[in-house]
Amino acid sequence: MDRHISLPLSDADALSLKAGDYVYLTGELYTARDAAHKRMYDALNEGKELPVDIKGQVVYYLGPTPARPGHVIGSAGPTTSSRMDKYAPRLLDLGLKGMVGKGKRTQEVIDAVVRNGAVYFAAVGGAGALLSKCIKKAEVVAYDDLGTEAIRRLQVENLPVIVVIDSAGTNLYATAADKWRK
Amino acid sequence: MRNIDVSEITAAVREMCIEVNHKLSPDMVGKLTDAREREESPLGRQILGQLIENMDIAREEMIPICQDTGMAVIFLEVGQDVHFTGGDIEDAVNQGVREGYTEGYLRKSVVRDPIDRVNTGDNTPAVIHYSIVHGEGVKITLAPKGFGSENMSRLFMLKPAQGIEGVKEAVIAAVADAGPNACPPMVVGVGVGGTFEKCALLAKKALTRNVNERSKIPYVAELEKELLEKINCLGLGPGGLGGRMTALNVAVETYPTHIAGLPVAVNICCHVNRHISREI
Repeated sequence: MDRHISLPLSDADALSLKAGDYVYLTGELYTARDAAHKRMYDALNEGKELPVDIKGQVVYYLGPTPARPGHVIGSAGPTTSSRMDKYAPRLLDLGLKGMVGKGKRTQEVIDAVVRNGAVYFAAVGGAGALLSKCIKKAEVVAYDDLGTEAIRRLQVENLPVIVVIDSAGTNLYATAADKWRK
Repeated sequence: MRNIDVSEITAAVREMCIEVNHKLSPDMVGKLTDAREREESPLGRQILGQLIENMDIAREEMIPICQDTGMAVIFLEVGQDVHFTGGDIEDAVNQGVREGYTEGYLRKSVVRDPIDRVNTGDNTPAVIHYSIVHGEGVKITLAPKGFGSENMSRLFMLKPAQGIEGVKEAVIAAVADAGPNACPPMVVGVGVGGTFEKCALLAKKALTRNVNERSKIPYVAELEKELLEKINCLGLGPGGLGGRMTALNVAVETYPTHIAGLPVAVNICCHVNRHISREI
């Protein structure tokens, strides 16, 4: 089913999304990938505050190319989510509502998605030029020294994603190939 | 003997870095277009359509095809009658990468140390593979490698008794395990034979081959066709979301090996299989 969803993601919208839904996201989300996740995780372990309030937010696993002059951002497709699996359950338990990336997640992440009524979306890997067109505003909000890995706040319009893991724990990757396997 | 000033190498590498990250080679464009025609899954067709649109935007608006503009892998085939002047060849290659990635607004994805992980800020150093060949020319092949697919690559030290069936099982297992992480439809480079490091290098080199070319060794060409067919029966499809087009091509390179061994390396590349060559 095609859905248009506003960000930040409401609890009701998160619960209503089903694995396989084709979704256009509009609103604000944050980028973070390996280095930013490690830093957030270390901060939590040291009892410090996170640099952004992730409650109710969606994180996009993205490290863009630099913006050309006059552009908002460079190429901006998803990176492989599994490298964030170590950190994701903790962030979900702190209120993170959604993740956009690509590729498989561990059972621990799936359990945390279910426990928190959250959603895991996949964007099309390797379509960074196309996806950059959906990004209307980008600003670094934390960890500027990490360059491409800094945390950015993005304003997106109709960012196309697919629900892979829904709040009931249904995992599209686990079943998608069955229909086409020979 | 021919003198070549290394500044020529720098200039070529710089231009190639920018070109290859914005424009896929015609063989890859053809394969993706063909895959969209052949894909049976509606969602798969939609994703392939997005990938084709993405290539057009990248080329026309100079936005990199993928945000992972890769670690610069360079094959340098140097004629034995060449004499480099004007500086160190390795520095010259890295200077080309530095200029290309900085001036071309490409992502800097290289860290100076695998454990302390501080970004070098200019995408250097490159990974350079040199070979000495006949003649007085230099051939540069640049293949920037993204790590979504690199991370899903595998090396198997099989027993000779496992034979060609063992090779097939290893390749299929690696691709099935890579699944959606490697951004299918993939291109699969396979090295068979040599030693531990030689077969990995063969697999990498296989990815730089024109995807419409088959091996010149008849049984290897048959193996490539069979593997491609088997992979496309896995059902993973574009984005790993189901469909027929899991791989666009399989290229296998072989080399003599030891009486006790059968090394197999599977280097997986996503559909953004960037490679470009230039002769100087």
